[in-house]
Amino acid sequence: MEKLRYERPIIKKLNVGFVNKFGTQAKNEVVTNLEGVGVKELIKEFGSPLFVISEKQIRRNYQHASRVFKTRYPKVQFAWSYKTNYLNAVCKVFHQEGSWAEVVSGFEYEKALANGVPGSKIIFNGPDKTDDQLVTAARNNSLIHIDHFDELYSLIKLSEEFQLKPKVAIRVNMDTGIYPRWDRFGFNYENGQAWTAISRIMSCEHLNLVGLHCHIGTFMMESSAYAIAATKLCQLSWDISEKFGRHIQYLDLGGGFPSTNTLKGSYLPGTDTVPGIDQFADAITDVILGFGFRQEELPLLILETGRALIDDAGYLLGTVLANKRLSDGRSSTVMDFGVNSLFTSFWYDHKVTPAQEGGQYTEETVLYGPLCMNIDVIRENVVLPLLKKGDHLVVHKVGAYNMTQWMQFITLRPNIVLLDQSSHPHLIRKAETLEYLESVEIVPHHLSKNS
Amino acid sequence: MRFKKNIATSDTGFIFNPGSGDSFSSNSIGSEILAFFKEDKSRNEIIELICAKYDVEKNQLEKDLDDFFSQLRDHNLLDE
Repeated sequence: MEKLRYERPIIKKLNVGFVNKFGTQAKNEVVTNLEGVGVKELIKEFGSPLFVISEKQIRRNYQHASRVFKTRYPKVQFAWSYKTNYLNAVCKVFHQEGSWAEVVSGFEYEKALANGVPGSKIIFNGPDKTDDQLVTAARNNSLIHIDHFDELYSLIKLSEEFQLKPKVAIRVNMDTGIYPRWDRFGFNYENGQAWTAISRIMSCEHLNLVGLHCHIGTFMMESSAYAIAATKLCQLSWDISEKFGRHIQYLDLGGGFPSTNTLKGSYLPGTDTVPGIDQFADAITDVILGFGFRQEELPLLILETGRALIDDAGYLLGTVLANKRLSDGRSSTVMDFGVNSLFTSFWYDHKVTPAQEGGQYTEETVLYGPLCMNIDVIRENVVLPLLKKGDHLVVHKVGAYNMTQWMQFITLRPNIVLLDQSSHPHLIRKAETLEYLESVEIVPHHLSKNS
Repeated sequence: MRFKKNIATSDTGFIFNPGSGDSFSSNSIGSEILAFFKEDKSRNEIIELICAKYDVEKNQLEKDLDDFFSQLRDHNLLDE
């Protein structure tokens, strides 16, 4: 006789109280495959844990965002935010779609060049640019976004010394009604600092002011803040034209559009609360189109959208290491990935689904990672079917920031595969090994002999 | 360790403790184990019966059974 499917025995207390007005989930969502490729098969071939990126989803996201903006405004350019995910394979997908590169460090700049992006299509942001990097960027005709006066004066000096005429923009910070206000980057609009910087640039024959840039925050839930930002950049552009007779070629509204992840502490899931990209597009383009620029002088609109274009293209697959009962009776599950790999679990309640069919019975579970560290919590409370050792889970919407902010801590970072448009998996970053880690270590001679 | 005598159970997994007024539900394997428990079957007998019926390793079941008993204890359903 064939034996029945086993599920570990549990008992749940029934609480009487107010019923959740949203009701409960009728059925557990099970994700056994990603774009037709079995989770089990992926783990068997590439190991666990495993990051999986969908090329199809990246292209879908890009084309959607591009269409939304280009149907509203005639001159739009996206620049892929390298810091969001700078795996070369990912960057190249965005560049194939037409994205420029937006980088915030020297090594990202070199990556963009190596990925075939012409220097003139690299936006160099950030507060940390060395003199050598500034000279290289100037020689490559890149767009240098100046962050502070020290950088401005360095660039003036270098341009004079090396007879360069770099194309520059200033980053402007401003009050858009959003808290916290991101005023540590760039020059402030309200107190006149931005205008002082502009005046200084305009008085320097070696600098070519071509754009204005802002980045008002991250995971912005309020599209009206972008309307305020666009208004202030338009005003600066208008004033530059009036006072100096200089036409500003582009306005860069930066990034900050949210993905549909759920922020910790949110009452409703991100899918229900996050504004669509069309709302941001409306807010920005309505302002620029209505500001009064002549048609032929409409500035190019640059967007450095990162998270909203990549987050839902990334998955993290993992395996249950153990189930444990906590001292207060709560159930907990230990996974083979932790906050070292899934850095975004510090601020998101990530959607987690089982990768195999299970029973109808569920329980509230704390999801831990494998680190010997108390803060290694993936989800403080998630309702899951009764998992057993060796079962697999899929964490959704992990494409942004995890593969750049992850830490090599206690465990080694895992493989990453890209599912191409035909769902064929390609290894795009190898799992780290002890040999790889130790290749950059040097043991002084007097410590080199093993005792 | 015994299941409290006054606890009412149903085949569908509903459990009621008249002493505290608390209600519980268990999954089907949990209900079966409770029924065996009420019949005063020993731990080893329960393991044998469940292993014969379900696709589970003995080691796994032993671990899960310990966890189940700890849940019953936490919910004050056992006479120690």
